[in-house]
Amino acid sequence: MDEQQLRIFVAIIQHYFAQETGRPAEVGSPYLCDPLQLPVHDFTGVIGISGNRKGCVYFSSPREILREMLLRAGETDVCDENLADLAGEIANTISGNARREFGHEFLISVPVVVHGSDQRISVPKDVRAYVIPFRWHKIDASLVVSVM
Amino acid sequence: MKRLMIVDDSNIIRSKIARALGEHGLEVVGLAPNGEDAVERCVSSRPDVITMDITMPGMDGIECIRRIRAVNPTVRILVVSALADKATAIQALKEGAQGFVCKPFTEHDLTEAIGELFSED
Repeated sequence: MDEQQLRIFVAIIQHYFAQETGRPAEVGSPYLCDPLQLPVHDFTGVIGISGNRKGCVYFSSPREILREMLLRAGETDVCDENLADLAGEIANTISGNARREFGHEFLISVPVVVHGSDQRISVPKDVRAYVIPFRWHKIDASLVVSVM
Repeated sequence: MKRLMIVDDSNIIRSKIARALGEHGLEVVGLAPNGEDAVERCVSSRPDVITMDITMPGMDGIECIRRIRAVNPTVRILVVSALADKATAIQALKEGAQGFVCKPFTEHDLTEAIGELFSED
């Protein structure tokens, strides 16, 4: 994954939050991260990537961001099940949108959602993992792209 | 009043679509979290229009469109998917969908697309 390809994910994050909330996310510079030190927040939606690429993309967020997004969308039930659902849906949407640039052989799995910031997300050992940090509603979250 | 069935594995997306289109005069007659469920409910719920996700556990949306077309050739199908590549949209249209809305979507995107599905009536 080169810088230009990472920019695709940066643009998708910016578009997603602007479209869904009317308030763009502030996206920081992507950085290469040790797989053992990858950020994990309260809810993490993980998408497996196969086809012409291999690896995973995950979206990880504190519950406050997800809760605020649900409320803004008119959803009054902000139970953990719906927060997890939203984390998975965001991961799915970001990965699915990436097919516009990577093509239809960039195959994405259905999301798997991990609950808890004490969890570890396994990424492929032979694939570099990049963290795209961002902030929305004054709270930090992360997109991790580990795709070759 | 048009009868609407919503097919999506995300509960919050089903709710979002139901809220948006319910306020625009569609009656929600079925909610399905996967393709298998959608094919069954399509027979019992007799929808006029279906919003269809593509990436779902088990039967995906493309296969679901194919099967629904076999039992109900007249229902209008609007794909609502995160898959933003042209090939997926073309495949969905080829299988019998009439419209495509890419996630993330606004209420306006949905109502406009639904309006277009029925513009020739």
